[in-house]
Amino acid sequence: MRSVPVRAWAYIGCVALCAALCAGPALTSAGTPWGAVALLAVLYAGCEQITRCRFLGQRAPRGMVAFFPVLLAGAFLLPPAAAALVAVPGAVFARVERSPATPRRIWRGAQLAVACAAAATVHVALGGRELLAAGTPPTPDFPAALAPATAAALAFALVVAALDGGILATAERVPLRTAWRGLFPRSLTPVVVHGFAGLMMAVLWRSPYGPPAALLVLLPMYLSCWVFAQYHRERAAHQATIRALVQAVDIKDEYTRGHSERVGEASVLIARELGMADERVEVLRFAGILHDVGKLGVPTRLLRKDGPLTPEERRIIELHPEYGHEMVRGISFLGEARAAILHHHERLDGSGYPYGLAGRQIPEFARVVAVADAFDAMTSTRSYSRGRPVADALTELKRCAGRQFDPQMVRALVRALDRHGWRPAVTADSPEGEGGRHRRNVPPPRGPRSPVAGDRAR
Amino acid sequence: MSAKVAATKVRAPLAVRAVHLVTALLVLGSLAHVLWSGLADRGVALAFGALVAVGELARGGDPAQEREPAPLGAAGALAYALLGENAGHPTMHSALQVVAVTSAAFLVGCVPQVALGRAPLPDHLARRVLSTAFAAVCFQPLYNSGKLTDLLGPGPAYALWLVVLLALTALCDAVLAAALVRARTRWPFGPLLRDELRAMRGIGSAVGATGVVLALAVAVAGLWALPVFCLPLLLTQLSFSRYAAVRTTYRQTITSLARATEIAGYTPQGHARRVAALSRAVGRDLGLTAADLVVLEYAALMHDIGQLSLVDPVPDGATAVLPATEQRRIALLGGAVVRQTGVPADVAVVVELQADPYREQPLTARIVRTANAYDEMARKEGPGGPLAALERLRLGTGHDHQPEVVESLARVLSRGGLAPVGG
Repeated sequence: MRSVPVRAWAYIGCVALCAALCAGPALTSAGTPWGAVALLAVLYAGCEQITRCRFLGQRAPRGMVAFFPVLLAGAFLLPPAAAALVAVPGAVFARVERSPATPRRIWRGAQLAVACAAAATVHVALGGRELLAAGTPPTPDFPAALAPATAAALAFALVVAALDGGILATAERVPLRTAWRGLFPRSLTPVVVHGFAGLMMAVLWRSPYGPPAALLVLLPMYLSCWVFAQYHRERAAHQATIRALVQAVDIKDEYTRGHSERVGEASVLIARELGMADERVEVLRFAGILHDVGKLGVPTRLLRKDGPLTPEERRIIELHPEYGHEMVRGISFLGEARAAILHHHERLDGSGYPYGLAGRQIPEFARVVAVADAFDAMTSTRSYSRGRPVADALTELKRCAGRQFDPQMVRALVRALDRHGWRPAVTADSPEGEGGRHRRNVPPPRGPRSPVAGDRAR
Repeated sequence: MSAKVAATKVRAPLAVRAVHLVTALLVLGSLAHVLWSGLADRGVALAFGALVAVGELARGGDPAQEREPAPLGAAGALAYALLGENAGHPTMHSALQVVAVTSAAFLVGCVPQVALGRAPLPDHLARRVLSTAFAAVCFQPLYNSGKLTDLLGPGPAYALWLVVLLALTALCDAVLAAALVRARTRWPFGPLLRDELRAMRGIGSAVGATGVVLALAVAVAGLWALPVFCLPLLLTQLSFSRYAAVRTTYRQTITSLARATEIAGYTPQGHARRVAALSRAVGRDLGLTAADLVVLEYAALMHDIGQLSLVDPVPDGATAVLPATEQRRIALLGGAVVRQTGVPADVAVVVELQADPYREQPLTARIVRTANAYDEMARKEGPGGPLAALERLRLGTGHDHQPEVVESLARVLSRGGLAPVGG
């Protein structure tokens, strides 16, 4: 458990005091609708708990947006002090992902209570209460009721973002300006969406159909929260794909792994230097990591051969770009990376393989990966040769630029290394030689009949 | 309803055509009725029609793969079927008008899809029209006659009644969907219905709840409720394509890994696909859930990955001839790769346990093991292969293969029809 800095405790204390001041009047006032407060509080607590259940076959993702529609409905229905109370039980009993739990719970409850009170105050001040049930029989006045509701939702988002920035600054020691940057704009869309849903809840709650009808609003809102959380999963799925392919190559020939990841790093350096857009940089990283995935198709005996290769064996090894392309061509998010995998052994003068493309015919990504591949091959230590110093390797690359490599890419690499140096952050690289390595990612032995991890038929 | 199901069981494709015919007649009849007698509450009808059409227009993905490709359109249709009031004033539209407006809007919304060459599936259209008609017939006549208001009044009981109707509609839709699949494929009806009902818990329940909320909200606040409440749902529907993209990525990764062993020459061409198809068929026959069938398919596609660790390929990829410890070692390495792909951990477990005696395996792993052994042996044995392979599997039921799984495999093979992978 990490210790919480004193100033963070002080900040949490201040916010909790504010929350108590906001909620205090509810306890003394005679007009507090305790029934509605209790019902909404239970509802909110239940919604927070529900994120532990499975839905659509999967557990709700971490960091899923909390159930703001209920809180906002409370802010539209209740006096500010009572609205502040709604958030407290749910926030205090919600699941906490990371320790320390106690300050996090207090913080969450206090923050949401203050935000709810602020939203309710804004709503009351703009006359939202009268617009929700105007005339006889009382009907909501649309579209006039939208304005105070939107303003209240914005106030809610603003308070949450401001307080979040504060806690980042005190607990994580992030500078205030950095902490606040982007917090509010990012929360705008979800909060407006939740504001509309909360408004619908409030309208139905006040209607003759009563709270049961308001409850129904939550089901579609849960779905919408869940789908928003998918944004995070897409990236995770891409990385899982890369990991799986790397692991597949790894169980065949663990030698290439560190090399692949370093080629990915070097490709990214070149791409940044060329000013590529972030998405393309990411795809180029994938291209670098996967450039040798076609080695899966080459017999393991050949990959491990120590002595010189016969022409026939060389021909078989030179098939690996085509094998690699054949493997990944169905994976659509790899995009341009697929061409890079096919063409990374082409040479600028047309003497490369598999197609003997020349000059600009070679896809840009392939020209980048070719330089990164050669650079890492020269600088890393292999069983048959010691790694050369970076400067030597760059001289060699420059010598071959124009014939084998694209001079533009070589220059970009030189500039990037001048600026950043070459410290590849490769986690999977193992420093030892070929033999006696321990396998990674093999599940632990399950009881006496499972084989020893790392035992390898050689 | 049970009579309809019984009928579908006997006459398979005919029943599907009958459902389509009924749908077409219903749509044409209701359109004729509306043209003849005019639209009641024109503004309300146009607003809901627009909602359904927008919902269809905004749908993404392949209708064949998505369970509910247009949640907003479905919710709008349901809401119109259950709509009784507009801002406190009773509406007067009939059940036939509901069918006419929603199906016309549905067809309008489909125009761009058709232009792109993706025709709406007749089954999908039939389900949508028939379930909307069911809800409307249950609600509108009773409401329009004034009996419902006398009985329940505008209060919580009215809202609960809508929820009951929603549940009935969902049940009707599930039965219809399961019956259609049953008629086409002859898979057992029970598990199909169970899967349909399970699927309702997720998207289906949210769509239904949206329909009820829209109906009630329009009753209270008028047509303004539609944009206010549908904007969030429209955003949801648009970001649904992200969810589809995640699943596509998983599927593509798995296919590519399944090809790896073939490209590397460890397994014969098409082996993984055949084992996946066989496993799914056996899983269907044994009444596994939809989730388990997905696990089966993924595990079967990737079951040979561990062989990449072999320095020399086993002839024909027939690992059954290797010593048991070696088989387990390969299985564990394969499981380690599968764990990286991000598919459910159950899949990795199946791959890891594929070489264990069947009593120590989950059912899914038993099925993959038996299907794999069958495919390896049947190919080797030549013309009489399938029978000889089944015979050898039966001999292995003491230790390696579960007798029930082998018998199920025999049933599947005798039917001759293998389900296409991914179906």
